[in-house]
Amino acid sequence: MADAVQLPNEAETRSRWGAFAWTPANAKTAAMYIARYPTGRQQSAVMALLDLAQRQVGDETKTQGWLPVPVIEYVAAQLGMPYMRAYEVASFYTMYNLAPVGRYHVQVCGTTPCLLRGSDDVLAACKNRGLVKGGTTPDGLFTLTEVECLGACTNAPMVQINDDNFEDLTYDSMAAILEALATDKPVKIGPQVDRQTSCPEGGPTTLVEFVK
Amino acid sequence: MSLQDQDRIFTNLYGFQPFNLAAAIKRGDWADTKKLMEAGQDAIIDAIKASGLRGRGGAGFPTGMKWSFMPKAPTDNRPNFLVINADESEPGSCKDREIIRHDPHKLIEGALIAGYAMRARAAYIYIRGEFIYEAKVLEAAVAEAYAAGLIGRNACKSGYDFDVFVHRGAGAYICGEETAMLESLEGKKGQPRLKPPFPAGAGLYGCPTTVNNVESIAVAPTILRRSPEWFKSFGREGNAGTKLFQISGHVNTPCTVEEAMSIPFRELIEKHCGGIRGGWDNLLAVIPGGSSVPLVPAHEIMDAPMDFDGLKALGSGLGTAAVIVMDKSTDIVRAISRLSYFYKHESCGQCTPCREGTGWMWRVMERMRTGDADVSEIDTLYQVTKQVEGHTICALGDAAAWPIQGLIKHFRPEMERRIHEAKGGEMLEAAE
Repeated sequence: MADAVQLPNEAETRSRWGAFAWTPANAKTAAMYIARYPTGRQQSAVMALLDLAQRQVGDETKTQGWLPVPVIEYVAAQLGMPYMRAYEVASFYTMYNLAPVGRYHVQVCGTTPCLLRGSDDVLAACKNRGLVKGGTTPDGLFTLTEVECLGACTNAPMVQINDDNFEDLTYDSMAAILEALATDKPVKIGPQVDRQTSCPEGGPTTLVEFVK
Repeated sequence: MSLQDQDRIFTNLYGFQPFNLAAAIKRGDWADTKKLMEAGQDAIIDAIKASGLRGRGGAGFPTGMKWSFMPKAPTDNRPNFLVINADESEPGSCKDREIIRHDPHKLIEGALIAGYAMRARAAYIYIRGEFIYEAKVLEAAVAEAYAAGLIGRNACKSGYDFDVFVHRGAGAYICGEETAMLESLEGKKGQPRLKPPFPAGAGLYGCPTTVNNVESIAVAPTILRRSPEWFKSFGREGNAGTKLFQISGHVNTPCTVEEAMSIPFRELIEKHCGGIRGGWDNLLAVIPGGSSVPLVPAHEIMDAPMDFDGLKALGSGLGTAAVIVMDKSTDIVRAISRLSYFYKHESCGQCTPCREGTGWMWRVMERMRTGDADVSEIDTLYQVTKQVEGHTICALGDAAAWPIQGLIKHFRPEMERRIHEAKGGEMLEAAE
């Protein structure tokens, strides 16, 4: 339980989020998700709706978003399922934040393929900028989490910051990305070296005629 | 003979071209899909059986046989379902990502054909939550296919109704296990179910269900178009076809690449990855099939064929063909200990041997890393891995045990050296 999150004060959370409701656009999206499952099986949509709710909270707080208890209750009520079943889902899957996070959620992959290619350097770049694992910087800008394999192993080491992947990192390129985000400068998503997705660096060894 | 470009299935693997429908049609997807379906449901299953395709998700179960387990006459109350496993989370694996973001129409067409063959009403594609961009591409491709009448009512004007839905996960490795995936699809925690009943009898919503990997489904249309014999002509007997290999770690140019099955390890690395970092003498060990399979030391793997049977003979496995290469600069105990942490983190907590065992094994592995242990504890650790293996509902317990067993089998002297060194004693050396 050492890495379990500290849930925020419930009374404060209720007073802030007790009146949560979908925006009109999100209400439509939620209905679209529910329609993907057979009648009577609307509980299947709980993952999609929790994600949508987290994003809406994120938009309102200018962060990646999180799931306050009243928001989970709102989703559970819409799907006609007990609150505890929805909370179980929210606490089981790692992508749901049960406590507030910063503007940028820096998720550094530390699993073996990234470890071999230098995820220690990436973490060092974060540390030297004042980011602490499991914590948010005092300015509310960055939350750092070490996550497990994100499935971009041939582009290791990598981080995911909110919705974007940054791949083929070094200490310097990671430091540059954090600096750019902190100063609202544009960043390059994807591989940080001269490389097309997971193609070998230096150009493809196969399917050369498919390169435009 | 090595694989030629004309025989590669995933021609847009690196995304040099757009993923959209127009570009996919130019690459040959959706070409007269109706005709493929007119061959008949059993003929499609027979063709896949004849091609020798084995499941690309790791276990290597014959795909055609899996499809044939589905009921031949589903009712309206109890339809058949196809679930496509795109919850790619095995450390080292990153092939489904390339298929989904660059060639999604191969997957959608495959879903229609596979779903038709197994008489399914709909397919759910379960994509891992962290693939945010990939899920957007997939949703867009599905919408394109609906708009063009390729799926939905009267799909491809075949008279068959078939829906394709995308379901996003939210970051749980265990949902890649087929019954955990079904639980998750039903809106619950992803905890695996006891088998039997097998999903083909009672799966999603209690209905007959087949769960297939993305790559297994995406190659099906090409196999039907180019003939099972064509597919079977690659690889050794029992290991047919082409395969996406994902080479990460200490090679000069890590990459994902489609090659013929059974390609020798050395050829794979030399041709596509620019060789081992620091040369072949610098190779220490390889995890050839994703984190769950035991590692293989350098001298055994160098000239081994990369296929199911060849790697099984080395006490390892092909898994998802996620090749993790480690050179001599690697702290091998730390590399495996990090995998133990991964399994501790991802254990769903349902079965005691796994829930307690993965944490215990990781803590002991951390002491092995620093040498803060006793030599006899290596045997204790080995015994515990044996007590976890095979005593859990799903294979996560086994997957957590095997890397450690592989380490002890091949690198026990290194583990002992650390323990002696930490105790301040020199290793006993042979008298000169």
